[in-house]
Amino acid sequence: MPANPSSQGRMARIMDSDLVFGFLNSKLTVFAAVIVLLLLVSALLTPWIAPYDPYDPTQLFIMDSHIPPVWAEGGDWRFLLGTDDQGRDLFSAMLYGLRLSLTISLVGIFFATILGVGLGLIAGYVGGAIDALIMRIADIQLTFPAILVALLIDGAAHGALGGEYTEDTAFMVLVVSIALSFWVKYARVVRGSVLVERNKEYVQAARLVGRSPIAIMFDHILPNVMGPILVILTINFGLAVIAEATLSFLGVGLPPTKPSLGTLIRVGQQFLFSGEWWVVVFPGILLGVLVLTINLVGDWLRDALNPKLR
Amino acid sequence: MPAFILRRLFQAALVLLAVALISFALFRFVGDPVNQIVGVEASAADRAQIREELGLNDPVVLQFARFAMRAAQLDFGMSYQFRQPVSELLISRFPATLELAIVSMILAIGVGIPMGVYTALYRDSLLSKAFQALSLAGISLPTFLIGILMIYVFSVLLGLFPSYGRGDVVDLGWWTTGLLTRSGWAAIFMPAVTLAMFQMTLIMRIVRAEMLEVLRTDYIKFAKARGLPARIVNFGHALRNTMVPVITIIGLELGSVIAFAIITESVFQWPGMGLLFLNAVQNADIPIMAGYLILISVIFVVINLMVDLLYVQVDPRLKSSIQKD
Repeated sequence: MPANPSSQGRMARIMDSDLVFGFLNSKLTVFAAVIVLLLLVSALLTPWIAPYDPYDPTQLFIMDSHIPPVWAEGGDWRFLLGTDDQGRDLFSAMLYGLRLSLTISLVGIFFATILGVGLGLIAGYVGGAIDALIMRIADIQLTFPAILVALLIDGAAHGALGGEYTEDTAFMVLVVSIALSFWVKYARVVRGSVLVERNKEYVQAARLVGRSPIAIMFDHILPNVMGPILVILTINFGLAVIAEATLSFLGVGLPPTKPSLGTLIRVGQQFLFSGEWWVVVFPGILLGVLVLTINLVGDWLRDALNPKLR
Repeated sequence: MPAFILRRLFQAALVLLAVALISFALFRFVGDPVNQIVGVEASAADRAQIREELGLNDPVVLQFARFAMRAAQLDFGMSYQFRQPVSELLISRFPATLELAIVSMILAIGVGIPMGVYTALYRDSLLSKAFQALSLAGISLPTFLIGILMIYVFSVLLGLFPSYGRGDVVDLGWWTTGLLTRSGWAAIFMPAVTLAMFQMTLIMRIVRAEMLEVLRTDYIKFAKARGLPARIVNFGHALRNTMVPVITIIGLELGSVIAFAIITESVFQWPGMGLLFLNAVQNADIPIMAGYLILISVIFVVINLMVDLLYVQVDPRLKSSIQKD
């Protein structure tokens, strides 16, 4: 790979590539990507676009509670999607919930990626006993679904922290649970790619000029295994969003005082039987759309980067 | 062949050892077991005595050996919350979870395979497109969301099925079953469908992909050229050859079904092991967590082992490739 292509040439080459061509030709993928982008931006800008701050008790009025969405009977234009039992604006709560869910999933996946890619590189490049140890741990963990691992870490944290388990630790525990349950796929795939790459000439050349193993791993091999990493990243992103929502729904994630999408759904579930469907339906739809669009983009990326399917 | 089995057995033993270690570490080092048993107010002498009785002063290796020995005899200690042996609690909850898992797995196979075959044979029909869209939703939507949706439609709006519990249960002495009563079937319907949704879409996708692959092969073309009826070609030749990967997936997914049952059981308040485990996680009831973990991993390991062996039996090509190395 040339180190410094002229910037103009690079942009033109990217626009001309099969990847971009295929992307623009798949209307569904473009649509999904636009929605994912839109959701990411609104999560980023939540404090500025949300009409209310759901965490600020001075903005809550019990008189405004149980208001249905504007188009239903008894709706109120101040609350687009209605309010919950506390008089919280549902639209604002959903935006803040989306922001929290995305933050936790992204941070968790970020650490999972670093951990998995790092361990995969080391296992593949160093080999021997270290390789065996890392891959046995991966094998063992792969026996269990990620959600079970995350639940277990969460349970252990509850036990270890006891009374000190607060909103902030809940955030950290969720991030750690996601990071530790999603690193395995990276490690396996990266190791496999490294085993192929490390015997190639460019690696031998780098070794010959005296570059250190760490430099070879990260400067030379890593750029060449980015494709599969990117695919796993998108797949894991969707799974992490589901994992966070599920943990929060099961009551071991974020508390109702600082609700993520999963917590909103858990709390809203209680109001289904009193006919207040909107408290659970809207966060549910938002979560569904988020995961669905991420998966659509991930599916496309997997097909596009997999030469076997061409 | 024996080397293959031996290697698998070794791997299985390794998994169980690791799980036992994790469970032991949870039990021994997360929180203080003495506090959980006597409470914070107990005197120092009482605590010392209980420490001695529990063997917490012995070397850690000895403690682990004792823990593993007990676990092998299904003795996981007493639950902190219920003051009851964990094994009794798990055994009393086991039938509910197993019935749910089996009913939903049958549902997933019974619906997923025909859907997969149909979408492979009639790729461009409208119904196929609808199945495909449904499968994307089934893969994407979180289990609990599907469950809530079902409760809203079938319990709240239509009032057809109960939203929680197991219905009337018949006690057979060593087993409690909800499958012998009308209310039991009404109660299991929604949890089973919810739990089956993910596996169903997975099976459908795999059957479809494998069928498409097989339908392209020469022997299918040849069978058609011989003038065999489409039914025999499609089912006798094509579907039969897709069964190997499907069996594997079904076997491996059986474990996931038991794990995902935690979520379904929580949505529908189904009184199974998953609900017990979830309750234990929320209340840091370590003995139940450890016991559940060990039990689940034994089930996983046994299923994986059986799938591996079955796989070799079903696919002769694999047997020869194993013998080579």
